[in-house]
Amino acid sequence: MLAERIKRQRRERITWLLFILPALVVYVVFMAGPLFDSMRLSFYTGKGFTPTEFVGFRNYIDLFTNPFWRERFLGAVKHTTIFFIIHMTVQNSLGLFFATLLSANFKGRNFYRTVIFAPATLSVLVTGFLWTLILNPHWGAINLTLKAIGLASWAKPWLGDEKLALVTISLTSVWQWVGMPTVLFLAGLLGISEEIIEAARVDGASAWSVFWKIKFPLLKPVVGVVAILTFVDNFNAFDVIYAMAGVKGEPNYSTDLLATFFYRTGIAGEHPVGIPNMGMGATIATLTFVILMTGVLIWLYTSRERDAE
Amino acid sequence: MRRTSQFFVYLVLTIWAAIVMFPLWTLVVNSFKPQKEIFSSPFGLPQHFTVEGYKAVWVNGNFGTYFLNTLYVTVISLVLIVLLGSMAAYALAKWHSKTSTALYIFFIAGLMIPIRLGTIDLVRLMKFLALQNTIWSLIPVYVAMGMPISIFILTAFVKNLPREMFDAAKVDGAAEWRIYSQIVLPLLRPAIATVAIFNMIKIWNDFWFPLVFIRMEKARTIALGVSLLFGQYRTDWTRALSTLSLAAMPILILYVFLSREFIKGLTAGAVKG
Repeated sequence: MLAERIKRQRRERITWLLFILPALVVYVVFMAGPLFDSMRLSFYTGKGFTPTEFVGFRNYIDLFTNPFWRERFLGAVKHTTIFFIIHMTVQNSLGLFFATLLSANFKGRNFYRTVIFAPATLSVLVTGFLWTLILNPHWGAINLTLKAIGLASWAKPWLGDEKLALVTISLTSVWQWVGMPTVLFLAGLLGISEEIIEAARVDGASAWSVFWKIKFPLLKPVVGVVAILTFVDNFNAFDVIYAMAGVKGEPNYSTDLLATFFYRTGIAGEHPVGIPNMGMGATIATLTFVILMTGVLIWLYTSRERDAE
Repeated sequence: MRRTSQFFVYLVLTIWAAIVMFPLWTLVVNSFKPQKEIFSSPFGLPQHFTVEGYKAVWVNGNFGTYFLNTLYVTVISLVLIVLLGSMAAYALAKWHSKTSTALYIFFIAGLMIPIRLGTIDLVRLMKFLALQNTIWSLIPVYVAMGMPISIFILTAFVKNLPREMFDAAKVDGAAEWRIYSQIVLPLLRPAIATVAIFNMIKIWNDFWFPLVFIRMEKARTIALGVSLLFGQYRTDWTRALSTLSLAAMPILILYVFLSREFIKGLTAGAVKG
């Protein structure tokens, strides 16, 4: 009896493993494996495709102390953080605002929701290129319009000025992605029961305090999800910079993000050498990974605290 | 709603809708204008209608090849994602053991980690497998990239299916494979649609992996082709805009018809299971 049960359990186990195996093999070989092996590579150096010489932490030490690497790396971290913060604040508050407006019951709600979300379905590269034309200092629609309405002094070289480029690019990216938080917050708002809000209104609460005292606290789980999505997506952004500022994050590296820095160093090779430094590339990837994991763990920890409350 | 607040809602939403639609409008109308007219009247309908830009992009630009490559990559990857993802999800939902929990967590961890961080190793792997410069270098990477979200959505869905369905079939002595293919798979259809749309948009629009893996003309995808053509036509706005319109059109048209499914699919990653 017992022997038979063990045998049956083992057979069941094998059946289930066979179901999982194809997915597991592809996932390990083409995702998990390369991610972990990249960490190993960060301890090696060597030109081209075979970093063979073990150097311990030298890539890391170089990245933080060698003036060339240090300047680029700290610049990339700073710009990526700014890029992320603009999304976190501007994109997500706009999203919350639009969602609040859309949560009212009125004609044409679906139309507006569809329009607001539309850019999120497009390729980042296409929208990035499109905005470079619109923002063109001489012929772009923005500056032509500003000149036409007598605000010629406001017409700036949006993508050519070191002080403006990163903010301009971040805002075009906000234009594209604001539909995501809008839809997520909208779903959250529509999930709040009418009765609670009605009860507060009867007690004489204003729309403003209903929103901040009742709706917003109930939205907290959605806020958490939106925050973590914004964080992971934007610490990984590449396409929009490639399209609007090139792989060097023009002008003068002022829009260089971690992903463009990683691409130039580890994959394309820095001009004029043109040979990728894969060990250093892997180091940048590993540090990006560490930043992402730190953020995710903080998020998991705080959301657990919240659940426990 | 009070009348003044309703007016305010419409006003704000209409302004933003205009901000969204204005670039897309100028993109499409200007692609049908000669360069001079784009600069002299950038917002109106074309006075001197031309399709020269589209002709140039299609004939000199090999856009047909890019389109077919992207279509192959997307379709093959999606079929594999749905097949492998649903098989694994079925097993992970029905098999209760420490191993299955551990495997589930291992898959789901991929939701938070961008696969791009492993690119250096993937480049070496593709070189080793001699897949560089072919569309076959993209497919396994996209399938791997699609596993976490697919398993996340599909496992939750299988867990919510009524137990009786499996039990009845089991009493009949049906093998797990038959239960999966004949009972579970058809029931999974709505979840599969969500998974497919989520991955379709990611794969169709992906630029990073074609950029890294592919140098040869015959294996280029739309995103890669667009970056090349746009660079070439940077000063010829009719052609540049035609390139971008051609790239944007397929998805935008699909979106107009399937906007509800698109929105659901793209935000699926955010919904807690």
